[in-house]
Amino acid sequence: MSAVAVEVEAPTMPEVHYLNADYGWRSWLFTTDHKRIAWLYLFAITGFFAVGGLMATLMRLNLVEPTGALMEPASYNKLFTAHGLIMIFFFLAPSIPTVLGNFLIPIMIGARDVAFPKLNLLSWYIFMLAGSVFMFSVIRGGVDTGWTLYTPLSTTYANGNVLSAAVGIFISGFSSILTGLNFMVTIHKMRAPRMTWFRLPLFIWALYATSVIFVLAMPVIAITLALIALERIFHVGIFDPALGGDPILFQHLFWFFGHPEVYILILPSMGVVSELVAAGCRKRVFGYSFVAFSSVSIAAISFMVWGHHMFLTGQSVYAGFVFSALSFAVAIPSAIKVFNWTATMHKASVSYDTPMLYAIGFIGLFTIGGLTGLFLASLGTDVHLHDTYFVVAHFHYVMVGGAIMGYLGGMHLWWPKMTGKLYPEAWARFACLLVFAGFNLTFGPQFILGYLGMPRRYAVYPAEFQVLNVMSSAGASILALGYLIPLIYFTWSAFKGPVAGPNPWGAKGLEWTIPSPPPTNNFDETPVVEEAYAYGPEEAHVG
Amino acid sequence: MYGFPLQPEQASTLSVEMDYLYYFLTALTIFFAGLIFATVFYFAIKYRRRDKDEVPPQYEGNLKLELTWTIIPSLICVLIFVWSAHVFMRASTPPPSATEIFVVGKQWMWKVQHPEGPREINTLHVPVHEPIKLTMTSEDVIHDFGVPAFRMKRDVVPGMYSTEWFEATKTGEFHLFCDQFCGMGHSHMVGTIVVLSHEDYARWLASQLNAKPMSVTGERLFGQLGCNECHTPEGKPGVPPLQGLYGTEVKLQNGKTVTADDAYLRESILGPEAIVGYPPNMPTYQGQMNEEEVLQLIAYIKSFGPPGERKATKQ
Repeated sequence: MSAVAVEVEAPTMPEVHYLNADYGWRSWLFTTDHKRIAWLYLFAITGFFAVGGLMATLMRLNLVEPTGALMEPASYNKLFTAHGLIMIFFFLAPSIPTVLGNFLIPIMIGARDVAFPKLNLLSWYIFMLAGSVFMFSVIRGGVDTGWTLYTPLSTTYANGNVLSAAVGIFISGFSSILTGLNFMVTIHKMRAPRMTWFRLPLFIWALYATSVIFVLAMPVIAITLALIALERIFHVGIFDPALGGDPILFQHLFWFFGHPEVYILILPSMGVVSELVAAGCRKRVFGYSFVAFSSVSIAAISFMVWGHHMFLTGQSVYAGFVFSALSFAVAIPSAIKVFNWTATMHKASVSYDTPMLYAIGFIGLFTIGGLTGLFLASLGTDVHLHDTYFVVAHFHYVMVGGAIMGYLGGMHLWWPKMTGKLYPEAWARFACLLVFAGFNLTFGPQFILGYLGMPRRYAVYPAEFQVLNVMSSAGASILALGYLIPLIYFTWSAFKGPVAGPNPWGAKGLEWTIPSPPPTNNFDETPVVEEAYAYGPEEAHVG
Repeated sequence: MYGFPLQPEQASTLSVEMDYLYYFLTALTIFFAGLIFATVFYFAIKYRRRDKDEVPPQYEGNLKLELTWTIIPSLICVLIFVWSAHVFMRASTPPPSATEIFVVGKQWMWKVQHPEGPREINTLHVPVHEPIKLTMTSEDVIHDFGVPAFRMKRDVVPGMYSTEWFEATKTGEFHLFCDQFCGMGHSHMVGTIVVLSHEDYARWLASQLNAKPMSVTGERLFGQLGCNECHTPEGKPGVPPLQGLYGTEVKLQNGKTVTADDAYLRESILGPEAIVGYPPNMPTYQGQMNEEEVLQLIAYIKSFGPPGERKATKQ
């Protein structure tokens, strides 16, 4: 049945809202409305997700046979490189910040727009330019270095279009930096009166932490890519030992960016899950300040753990000890979040609507993803598991089981706000179940494959690994279906869905106090700020 | 072997130690994941929304609970850290008695040299129950020499020597994988470790008829490259002696003191650094020999006796 809380009057839609306030392509492509920019991003990243997902599907198909069912290793190598780069830089990193963040940050803090609306639009154009340059490199023949672009493979030996791909990623970094900057200033300066830091929704805390990482980490990858270009074009010896360089230096630079990048992908999703759990339980998130500060501490520690990608490079054993210990330290705040979300469900009013189902799915998959991270942070077991399918399974549990589940859950929770329409609940629950089941069937067997020793990035493999690979590929097809169904019913809902009304979930938070879809300037008058999760009859005290 | 293995064969001393740590972590994962799942499901059912307008009682967090679930996981992490650091230390420290074998990675093959002379490609023959130390480098990109049955893996990096070691506990053939993506033929850069009994290994060594010890091949290179013109057995003024050099401390002009190990010898051949007391006269040999030849040259230099008397190596 429908998720709509029974309302006394039939839900209504405002006559004029941000979607119909203006017409024509100019009104979209030159808009400075954060809500419309969110849509621009939504279309772009959905396209990138489809391309990256199609590549994953082809890879899984190829791995059905030990000798490679579809293609030569050269093509397979290009596929997984493009899959990784597209998913990380053009789907996951922008997904929640630029779509849900853009749409919600100003509304959640009681502002009319972000601090720099034109810069916000510019970020989208930079993102599209970056995406176009990158896709150009893929169409011209692709890159075969892996998304990690390790040197000297990427600077001296790889024949693919390393430079154009690097230029694409280089440009995308600027989009992320500007978005991060915009969000930080917005959250600092644009909060409505009486909206103190500890009244902010946890989603804002998470995106604030993410923005800090954007601003600090993206310049590092930009510099690193520039160094690759220097060595590749002018043969300046930076990374290639034959030219007097140090190949391991690249890994230090890359992972100094790369590990915080991982938290760029997961932190926003954690923020979404806090909102999903609060709305799905109609309850203030348990241990609000612990959840808020865990986001900040994750962001801080994320800059100090890069060496755990390099335990086996010949890095000093003692450096390994330090990075291993710090990696365990970053696990603690993640665990705190999981415990607090679970505790929120205690004596709650737990809804079985799709957003809450995604939140529960996230908690389960992220728990597995996080715990299996301990195997890799452990120096001893990392020796055996490094660069095997165990690593592939681990980060997909975090990135797909975590980040994408959170993104989809958020899309379901705020879809009625973004469009003013409801999606078909039964189909959505079914798709959520498919995603959950398909996901586990795809990536669960890969943990075992990894412990058995199957290396990642293998286009062909010994026959004894086939059964687990076939299971994984079967799961991938279910997963693909699970992702396709929401695309269909969301499209249907945008045009034909029933009217949602301002607050179909009976949720708290400023976004639910304004009409769905919201008017262009969000609030006709400066909103009265209530505490983010003021579910109780009396206002709870805020720490 | 039964039908559906969950772990690779345990074929080295380290594999057993590593598996205990792995079992512990797996049990921990199952326990905590199970705890979370059970709690989530229990709450989801017990506290399901029974009425569309239901609003549950509100309450704040609980400091004692927060501290509990911060401190307990932290303590468990400390335990895992200490245990895993111990295993890693073992895996990273070859026993001094280990037999050395040399590996050069190259797109896309493994080249192996035994000090006794035999050379192999994509295969490594070793005796059982004997610690083996691999000294590895790469001709081109970064590779990684991994043997799942030994729970052993280490990056093979151009421009430097990395080492790993193992002691096989059973005879048989085991997979060798390149675990670091190294370009087009990465997934074909696989090989076999053949573990033989001591008798079989001796027989195998003897069967490698044309194999000359690495130091002998190195001696020939020493002459071909003209090393012997300056580095004479008697020693020349202004030329640092090679006799007895290996393993000693060397003072560089940049103020550092380094041990004259394999890595130092390699650096000194390819890009000599000035040593205190000697003029920097030696030209670079970068680009004039491949990594296998460098290893042979080093084997020859290591074969020198104490200062003054250069043993003639047997042909």
